[in-house]
Amino acid sequence: MGEEFSGTAPIYYQIVQKICSQIVRGELLPGDKLPSVRDLAIQLGVNPNTVQRVYMELEQLALAESRRGQGTYVTEDLSRLKQLREQLRHNKIETFVQDMKEMGFTADETANGLMEYLNGYKKGGTRK
Amino acid sequence: MRNAFLTFEHVEKKFPGRVALSDISFDLPSGKVIGIIGPNGAGKSTMLKLMAGLLRPNKGKVLLEGKAIERRSSEDIAYLPDQGGCYTFYTVAETLQFYKSIYADFDHQKALEMIDFMQLELHRNVGSLSKGNLTRLKMVTTLSRRAPLILLDEPLSGLDPMIRESIIKGLIAFINFPEQTVIMATHEVAEVEPILDMVIAIKDGGIVHIDDVENIRLNYESSLVDWMKELFQTNKNPLK
Repeated sequence: MGEEFSGTAPIYYQIVQKICSQIVRGELLPGDKLPSVRDLAIQLGVNPNTVQRVYMELEQLALAESRRGQGTYVTEDLSRLKQLREQLRHNKIETFVQDMKEMGFTADETANGLMEYLNGYKKGGTRK
Repeated sequence: MRNAFLTFEHVEKKFPGRVALSDISFDLPSGKVIGIIGPNGAGKSTMLKLMAGLLRPNKGKVLLEGKAIERRSSEDIAYLPDQGGCYTFYTVAETLQFYKSIYADFDHQKALEMIDFMQLELHRNVGSLSKGNLTRLKMVTTLSRRAPLILLDEPLSGLDPMIRESIIKGLIAFINFPEQTVIMATHEVAEVEPILDMVIAIKDGGIVHIDDVENIRLNYESSLVDWMKELFQTNKNPLK
């Protein structure tokens, strides 16, 4: 199929995440029109009901708005988008820190390791 | 109880010497894509034929929008059989004409669009089509009907991955959501998982589980395929 989904989370949720990161990366801009439900369903190889749910979810998160008869658009509310960016950053960090904690690393070890890694990354040394 | 579109009420189906389905009861909503999954011999095709009105239950009732399904219900039900379904002496174009002549709800324009989408050639003889193209044609004739209920019996079996993908995409592109409800019997669960709303898991003629696919993924933190393996391989119930 066009898209691979991981087994552990609902498909609609994975698509929501994907669209959120496209918004944060600037691939989707405020006011951009999202594909029609049918088109996105075909593109991703998923059920249109799933895409419908994705759009409903994005609306509830105030990240998109549907305009009657015209389709669904990325919100133009810049403060909401800024908030999304912060939220995603926070979530990723939270997951990472939680994982490190579970493996028994102290906060200092985690922070130092992260700094070391980032310094190496900046110099073009370690990649991923 | 939610708005039931298709209902089984204590359905039992026997064949000489064996019970194919026993005491099956459920309500299915409309506008969904529903998979009937289970190992070979579980009773998937029998269940689908009962829905199509091609078999009659020995006990219980099968109802479509509250009315008993019978042979004549084929006016409201488009059924794609596992085998057969197209005459080999027709061309692709003649096959469409034939279906148009027997089903009042056949949408010829939509059929032509699907033929194009599936890259079939109208002048070809049905007898000369590859298995993949024959399945595509059967898909076209079934999905071109404006029937509220579409039943597909193993629509992907024995096909290569490319053709499966084109058939699944055709399904997404041409089903009229939410006016049409699709129920398919399949054991190719991995391929159809992204398009299923619900599954009915059956084994040895009984229902093991009915649920929304997203619930399964959420509650068991596994894909449908893994869930199914666990469900059917172990006798114990993996559902806590």
